[in-house]
Amino acid sequence: MTKKQKKVFYRIIAAAVLMVMLHFVPAEGYLRLVLYLVPYLIIGYDILRKAALGILHGEVFDENFLMAVATVGAMLLGVYHEANGMEGEFAEGVAVMLFYQIGELFQAVAVGKSRRNISALMDIRPDYANIEGENGSLEQVDPDEVEVGTVIVVQPGEKIPIDGVVVEGSSTLNTSALTGESVPREVETGGEVISGCVNISGLLRIRTTREFGESTVSKILDLVENSSMKKARTENFITKFARYYTPAVCYSALALAIVPSVMNLLMGNPAGWSTWIIRALTFLVISCPCALVISIPLSFFGGIGGASACGILVKGSNYLEALALTRYVVFDKTGTLTRGVFQVTQVQVSPEFGRTVSAAPETAGIAEDGALVEKLPSARLVELAAYAESYSNHPISKSLREAYGQEIDMSKVSRVEETGGRGVSALVDGHTVAAGNFRLMESLGISYEKNVGIGTVVHVAVDGIYAGYILISDVIKEQSREAIAALKAAGVKKTVMLTGDGKKTAEHVAGLLQVDEVRSELLPGDKVEAVEILLAQKSGRENLAFVGDGINDAPVLSRADIGVAMGALGSDAAIEAADIVLMDDNPMKLALAIRISRKCLRIVYENIVFALGIKAVCLVLGAFGIANMWIAIFADVGVMVLAVLNAIRCLKVRP
Amino acid sequence: MKKTYQIEVDCANCALKMEEAAKKVEGVQEATVSFMTQKMKVEFAESAEERAVMERVRSACKKVEDDCEIFLD
Repeated sequence: MTKKQKKVFYRIIAAAVLMVMLHFVPAEGYLRLVLYLVPYLIIGYDILRKAALGILHGEVFDENFLMAVATVGAMLLGVYHEANGMEGEFAEGVAVMLFYQIGELFQAVAVGKSRRNISALMDIRPDYANIEGENGSLEQVDPDEVEVGTVIVVQPGEKIPIDGVVVEGSSTLNTSALTGESVPREVETGGEVISGCVNISGLLRIRTTREFGESTVSKILDLVENSSMKKARTENFITKFARYYTPAVCYSALALAIVPSVMNLLMGNPAGWSTWIIRALTFLVISCPCALVISIPLSFFGGIGGASACGILVKGSNYLEALALTRYVVFDKTGTLTRGVFQVTQVQVSPEFGRTVSAAPETAGIAEDGALVEKLPSARLVELAAYAESYSNHPISKSLREAYGQEIDMSKVSRVEETGGRGVSALVDGHTVAAGNFRLMESLGISYEKNVGIGTVVHVAVDGIYAGYILISDVIKEQSREAIAALKAAGVKKTVMLTGDGKKTAEHVAGLLQVDEVRSELLPGDKVEAVEILLAQKSGRENLAFVGDGINDAPVLSRADIGVAMGALGSDAAIEAADIVLMDDNPMKLALAIRISRKCLRIVYENIVFALGIKAVCLVLGAFGIANMWIAIFADVGVMVLAVLNAIRCLKVRP
Repeated sequence: MKKTYQIEVDCANCALKMEEAAKKVEGVQEATVSFMTQKMKVEFAESAEERAVMERVRSACKKVEDDCEIFLD
């Protein structure tokens, strides 16, 4: 509890004790009023003051006003009874105020606690950075004060405070605070590190490449903190609703107090003022809209907090709300459903080349133990291709070099000739090697294998003889297929895959993943068009989400109803352009995000229906005099407490 | 020109009232109050004197909710 809350707590105790004592004091008449005024003022002075200030500032019709009118009314009614020789009831007014304060306190504590819980979930803010002094001692400084290019020290167990490059040391990093997944990441000298990760094993010296304010961790925190500022439609609805609702119930209460009594007088019956005034006061207490005003933002905030603990950043309540209505999901293929990393998946050696390799002396190398090792023809093929392509930095040649896996001795390569759109030819170890697509083979007049698998094919010819081909393809992520199925289970009508790849590859991947529709051979601009066509087809209550990796797809991300960027760890462009950011590159997270959003909205609607329903029933009961002040207190405070407790459930996410 | 201020406010409804009040202050283009993060984000109108505007915002907010606080630094 905060200081303020503690103060209220003591006031509640004091007033409650006094109330119990007064019950046994045999005071009569106006002395009782004076005695009851003591606990009343102890517990309610601030409410009365706020109500008075509100009226002075022209801010009537808030909850303080409602409570002040209800309790002062109840006290005056007691005075009226005393004046007419009956026994006045003063305890009720005090009790109403007391319970109202208990409810308020409970709500303040509960809201405060869940607010802190949510903040703790998102607490990835580093408190300090270590800078090494001249004598080797470490000094803790505010990360804000660290200039770009400073070398900071991160010990095992500490958070990396600022983005940078490792200059010394190697370690394992835990990225779970950012991604929600505890897959450790290895770093070593020269590697880039992102703030917010926790250093697990070794000491790291990091040269910062950004200021703290520009670092990943600050950006993410800003994003999450600002997310509750973008209000969901439901939230705006409640704000508007409260604006009309409160005056409406106040006037209804006034009417309830006056109209029936006046009618009675006109018809010659006793007016029954006190009965109708009590009913009007009860009506006022019931009507307080706080349950909705508090629980709805809390639900959205809880949902956003729960999602961010799973590595899903939602940039606003409005997007969380929109996500529940996702019926169409459009994927960009590369980097989203596939890893976006090209790997050698097949090496096929021609029979002729196989024979040359077994006969040639240079295919044998000397292993560490001095024995002669014969190289396999396929390894030799990859080696030659990697050498031939060694001057190129095309992704294809990169993956060839990776498959070769050894240092390339550039002095062995000469006379490199690159033909755009075809491939390269070069002199490697005295052999003429040509590596490229079928056009290159055709231009050299070499017959080649036409029946190859799916992917990018590199044909290789050595000394004018066809040596075989290397198949390089993008690898599908393990979770992609499951993710598509999970989306279907979450109510997505149609999944679409967009890609710049050839039709054959695209359809092959789409078939494996069971995507409903595939558009291939698209240029970046065509993707926007494809999304627009889909947008035109859907109805208004359905949303379309586009999932991309944030590279080159910013226009599509902003055009879709919900733009989702994936694998965004360390990619600023993606974090900026998208509405929802999946920190790691697991496509399953999208289905999880939809589930979180559904749950959150369900809780919001539950609260709206529940709170308004109970209030409506109680209001009617109150108007007919069936509900007394105690039921009124339940309708106000009890409903609010239940709504808040329900809202807190949003925070709990089962992955 | 946008700036975020730390605030202290006890109830969601009061936060709404502060938001409404802040929006009406001269020199404020747009204001949002987040009860959950206890922050107020203000977008200033062009050529507005930030500090002076925020003083006015603070007194306007105090008027609607006298327990609230806006921390200007």
